Amino acid sequence: MADLIEPTRLTKKDFETDQDVRWCPGCGDYSILANVQRVMPELGLPLEQIVWVSGIGCSSRFPYYMNTYGFHTIHGRAPAFATGIKTANPELSVWMATGDGDGLSIGGNHLMHCLRRNVDIKILLFNNRIYGLTKGQYSPTSEVGKVTKSTPSGSVDQPIDPASFALGVNASFVARSIDVEAQHLGDVLRRAAKHVGTAFTEIYQNCNVFNDGAFDSFTDKAVKADRQIRVEHGKPLVFGAERNKGLRLNPATMTLEVVDLAAGGVTEADLLVHDETNSVLAYMLARMPYPAFPVALGVLFCELRPTFGASLTTQRQAAEQKYGGGDVDALLGGGNTWTI
Amino acid sequence: MTESTPLVSSASGREVLPSAVVRFAGDSGDGMQVTGDQFTAAAALARNDLATFPDFPAEIRAPTGTLYGVSGFQINFSSQDVYTPGDAPDVLVAMNPAALKTNLRDLKRGGLLIANSGAFTAQNLKKAGYETNPLEGDSLSNYRVMSIDITKLTVAAVKELNLSTKEAHRCKNFWTLGLMFWLYGRPLEPTVQWIEGKFKKRDDLVQANIAALKAGHAYGETAEIAHHRYEVPAAALEPGTYRNIGGNTATAWGLLAATKLSGLDMLLGAYPITPASDVLHELSKYKQFGVTTVQAEDEIAAVCAALGAAYAGNIGVTTTSGPGMALKMEGIGLAVAVELPLVIVDIQRGGPSTGLPTKTEQADLLQAVYGRNSEAPVCVIAASTPGNCFYMAIEAVRLALKYMTPVILLTDGYLANGAEPWRIPKFADLPKIDVKFRTDPEGFHPFLRDPKTLARNWAIPGTKGLTHRIGGLEKDFKSGHISYAPDNHELMCQTRAQKIAGIADDVPEQKIDLGDASGKLLVLGWGSTYGSIREAVQRCRARGLSVSHAHVNYLNPLPRNLGDLLKRFDRVLVPELNMGQLVKIIRSQYLVPAESYPKVQGQPFKIAELYERIVSTMES
Repeated sequence: MADLIEPTRLTKKDFETDQDVRWCPGCGDYSILANVQRVMPELGLPLEQIVWVSGIGCSSRFPYYMNTYGFHTIHGRAPAFATGIKTANPELSVWMATGDGDGLSIGGNHLMHCLRRNVDIKILLFNNRIYGLTKGQYSPTSEVGKVTKSTPSGSVDQPIDPASFALGVNASFVARSIDVEAQHLGDVLRRAAKHVGTAFTEIYQNCNVFNDGAFDSFTDKAVKADRQIRVEHGKPLVFGAERNKGLRLNPATMTLEVVDLAAGGVTEADLLVHDETNSVLAYMLARMPYPAFPVALGVLFCELRPTFGASLTTQRQAAEQKYGGGDVDALLGGGNTWTI
Repeated sequence: MTESTPLVSSASGREVLPSAVVRFAGDSGDGMQVTGDQFTAAAALARNDLATFPDFPAEIRAPTGTLYGVSGFQINFSSQDVYTPGDAPDVLVAMNPAALKTNLRDLKRGGLLIANSGAFTAQNLKKAGYETNPLEGDSLSNYRVMSIDITKLTVAAVKELNLSTKEAHRCKNFWTLGLMFWLYGRPLEPTVQWIEGKFKKRDDLVQANIAALKAGHAYGETAEIAHHRYEVPAAALEPGTYRNIGGNTATAWGLLAATKLSGLDMLLGAYPITPASDVLHELSKYKQFGVTTVQAEDEIAAVCAALGAAYAGNIGVTTTSGPGMALKMEGIGLAVAVELPLVIVDIQRGGPSTGLPTKTEQADLLQAVYGRNSEAPVCVIAASTPGNCFYMAIEAVRLALKYMTPVILLTDGYLANGAEPWRIPKFADLPKIDVKFRTDPEGFHPFLRDPKTLARNWAIPGTKGLTHRIGGLEKDFKSGHISYAPDNHELMCQTRAQKIAGIADDVPEQKIDLGDASGKLLVLGWGSTYGSIREAVQRCRARGLSVSHAHVNYLNPLPRNLGDLLKRFDRVLVPELNMGQLVKIIRSQYLVPAESYPKVQGQPFKIAELYERIVSTMES
């Protein structure tokens, strides 16, 4: 995928700022930052054409560490700022860093509308299932029963799954990856960068201070092959250390089921083939119950459709063609007037 | 002028009046706003000076016949200068008992009441709380009453078009308009053309409404009406080309002009809210001016999208009313912190909370000046007439761009929906707005300031060599990097305050709008109360009272000479459509014992009540 994007002379170093990175040592955000800084030079864009926008939270410090233009805004509203920036100057490559609290709690409304409008921006949602910057309260992605400072008896809220939220509000690109999976995350970021429209990427990110090991059960080296399924467009949905498990559709119940290829009777031909343009499949993959099913990673859904900005540009060009440039005298003097 | 004593009978046999005040009142479904608009257009074409005041309920279609469903439209038109829609109507058109009940108390003694007797049914009388029909008996003997079954006459006029009863009844506003045109000698043709355009998809409705209009006019001609017909001659306005303009339209057009004066594109982020939505509607029609309108998901997203656009080099604008203003405050605070230009138009309405969505109030002043967390000074200006909204919108953009600051423009429901004849300016005569983007990387940091204005550099994304990060965290004065240092924070707070205070050197000195430069009493107003205060002060001066009027357009910072000006008067009276907000600022800033005259009824000041208050103040 990387070969489709022309490299420039910029390097990772060009994207680093002179600011001390102030995340806690061991935070998953470091690996995401390094990965982004590695991928950015491949976009072939000059530094000044890139804008990083964020809200409030640990993840939202991200723009300070990218040597591009950056706007650290207010809690939850980054999608609205990014919409304004991209609309004002469609030439810019606009990226947004957010978290599970910023993006799905206080900013859930804005995230929803940005996704449905298909504003051409790239959104990275760092999901650590906890509030970090406010020192450890449960978040909208925390599991039921989560014991935190604000939920000493365990949280009673049902969590939201970011990827299925994005699919539910009609996002045109939805992907998932993991902070420390450098190769996989890099590949997903390249795909996101290429997508024309809102590209939504959920990144499972470990908060080693307030929610350490939240994803260990499917990210640990020892188990990850059996607990993750990495989807690729056009390829059968196979997983497992021995590549001996797969996903099949049960037409009687309209649900997915895990099948054992080694047990005999089932072959790869019986498995579902990933089709990233199929929103129904994407939704099923995003919502597979864990741990009965593996966690789906990769590009779950991708569809090309008109972007918000392109549609606005079309309307503006039509207006300019019809009326010419705006003429203030004609505006003020139109309609009924009289002269004294 | 609201005195309407007949002068002379003209050759046409009409009584010549210097001015007249007419109020149309009916159910919210009776089309009173359309009738008022058409009557206004006719007065404008007859070159009267005029002012209008639509007053309608928040419900789109309130239950028929109810008191709270009454919709009104008042116009004051004159051969002389007009500053308000007038206090008391000379003519009241009441389309049903509820309209009569809610409006009769305002009609002048001896005034003309035209009532649609067809709507005075037992059921409607009961809904309006009448035990007996007021059109019968002598309860209206203080007025000249024309009781006409307009419903029946309208149905007869449109009979041949085979409309449904409901559609036929809907034509009665044009019947009424036809009668009023007859009464004041207005031509029918402009309204006929308007009907043809408005209903072009329904030829039967075009025919029916024109038939009703003509029938109402013919009724006046042929029926034996004892009353005189009137004539209000053209006003001697300043030479120029005029049009009729409402405040929201003027605001939108001022913003459009600002795009061409500055050479910048504009992004309006807005969420529909009464009475501000019409600015969004208007701007969305003019994409060729480089205006993009984003109907955002909420008030917060609207201001944030506008601020994002400002970061990227557009003129960022958001329009709203009181409750929406409250929601935008955190975004405005960020604009203060990152020092980006942003125009916020608050078209005030009655509150608190949802309050009186369609009624006017000036109670957001303190919210505008102080309504953010911490020390977050912004520039606040206000428009004083519908036409003035045009110039103040341009001024808001100019100040925002020059000082890299949010500017709040306050108008209100009264200005938004009111209209007046407006002398059309030439684009070439409007002052250009200079914009400089930073392009030089040498010595750049994002919070470098112009030493005179203290405005920071505007370095927009896309500019080579100037990549930088800004945000809501406190910045170091010298580098623009994040800083939590105690002394630096104080310096930054002072700098932001000084920047706003310095705008006083860039805006006009406060002038006396009417009267002497010193005296016994100064009436100090702001915003939409301009016309009422001016006329009240004029009356007082005609009586020989030592009273002057000054009207403030610049509210934060206040004009640099205002303190001196106040001290030249023995007393200062501040009438406001709130519980006393400007008066608080005046008292705290200048230590003068200014007196408050508050009114919070969702209605503008009447000239008479201001006049009485001024007189009683001077006597006390």
